[in-house]
Amino acid sequence: MNKAAKGPLIPYVFWIILFVIAPIALIVYYSVLDLNGNFTLANYAKFFTPVYLKMTLSSFWYAFLITLFTLLFAYPTAYLLTKTKHKQLWLMLIIIPSWINLLLKTYAFIGIFGLYGPINALIEVFGFDPKQILFTDFSFVFVSVYIFIPFMIIPIFNSLDKMNPSLIYASRDLGANAWTTFRRVIFPLTIDGVKSGIQVTFIPALSLFMITRLIAGNQVITLGTAIEQQFLVSQNWGMGSTIAVFLILFMVLTMLFTRQKSKGGRV
Amino acid sequence: MKKLSAMSKVYLLFVFAILYAPIFYLIFYSFNSGGNMNNFESFTLEHYAAVFEDSRLIIILLNTVLVALLSGLIATIIGTLGAIGIVSLKDKKMRNTLLSLNNVLIVSPDVVIGASFLILFTMIGVKLGFASVLVSHVAFSVPIVVLMVLPKLFEMNTSLIDAARDLGATKRDVLTRVILPYISPGIFAGFFMALTYSLDDFAVTFFVTGNGFSTLSVEIYSMARAGISLTINAISGLVFAVTVLIVIGYYFINKRSKSVATGGQR
Repeated sequence: MNKAAKGPLIPYVFWIILFVIAPIALIVYYSVLDLNGNFTLANYAKFFTPVYLKMTLSSFWYAFLITLFTLLFAYPTAYLLTKTKHKQLWLMLIIIPSWINLLLKTYAFIGIFGLYGPINALIEVFGFDPKQILFTDFSFVFVSVYIFIPFMIIPIFNSLDKMNPSLIYASRDLGANAWTTFRRVIFPLTIDGVKSGIQVTFIPALSLFMITRLIAGNQVITLGTAIEQQFLVSQNWGMGSTIAVFLILFMVLTMLFTRQKSKGGRV
Repeated sequence: MKKLSAMSKVYLLFVFAILYAPIFYLIFYSFNSGGNMNNFESFTLEHYAAVFEDSRLIIILLNTVLVALLSGLIATIIGTLGAIGIVSLKDKKMRNTLLSLNNVLIVSPDVVIGASFLILFTMIGVKLGFASVLVSHVAFSVPIVVLMVLPKLFEMNTSLIDAARDLGATKRDVLTRVILPYISPGIFAGFFMALTYSLDDFAVTFFVTGNGFSTLSVEIYSMARAGISLTINAISGLVFAVTVLIVIGYYFINKRSKSVATGGQR
């Protein structure tokens, strides 16, 4: 095409400068300010104190657990979906719940996990005493996995769907059993889908704050919760920005780690 | 192809049950005359009536839809133009830079986007409320639209444009008569995605909304923090019904446009 097509880019480039570059610059700028607006590196020093390091570690641990369980449930689901007759329809049925507002689904679990909710009723049927499920690590991880599962299934489904089935037949013909075929053929060929799935699970899992507040009852503090706390409760934008800078760094690292080899250009 | 084993079917059924259980649980108790989600007393529509009688809630609902439609529309225009601009760029390096910047907002955690927009709006003096929420929703929808439109532009044959030029079309004609009709499925998909992102967003809105302006997500959050209220259940029943209707509508539009497209090739 020709040179004359620069016009359409103007609003778009304006958008990039104002809403992509400026916000990141502002976050970095605020991270070196104290409460009175003076330059300081104290926020960074504070981030490396045990309190914040422990919080970062636990945030990573939860994000890791959430991603792991999401993957463990999503992969077989995606695999079995590709084997169904009307697979696009079934995939659609997996996607529909992800369109229901996140808050509503999270709210449902307040009732389900509640002391008098159905899970505890079930526990009592088996003769055990009702347990406090809400406000525990378990409920937090469970609800997060529930929220992320569709987003993990979709990329894995797509990469499984693209795979040439004759490769599996070939592997079986050559004497590989089902497990070996999965480990040596199917999984490596769908690794890109798994990587995208991890990307869309791990980074948001690091920064969840609504689920921690509603389901984990402040038992779990993630980096996201801490940022929200600093910005909207403590009004300490400097410290909040510092945590955000680290969250962005972790995000970039995750992206590099899950980068896809094929077709360059998009990171 | 082999048929699914019984075990596989049970597993799939289990996953579907888990995915839908919370939603149906909410809807089931939305008809409960008792005030909680534990004992079903008797069938009632009072919670639905409460939603429609609560003028504040109705206003919030309208706000949510208005923000979604407006931000979707504006983001679609900026994003489509941007995608056309990116494709027409000759400089590969420039193009890749723009594409990487485009993806920043897609992969960034909501909390970081929300916090950074809060700083931005406070600095340039935008009052928090409708304007800041609308602008933020436009901002995070633009890259999605770009990503939906780009593939259509890449698959378009450039000789179509050359032909139009040879036949004497002006730049404007090429855009409105050749490019836009060709990429319209991508534009619609982009608009649709922008709508869903806007309707679903909580974290970003939570940061940039001031007192006095609220969207459905933010409102549900503050209601849920206060405890169980069957009004939320009634809202979820309505949201689910609307979602299913949209999905069915989308499915049929898709089907029709596909059959029209294949019909045209005959």
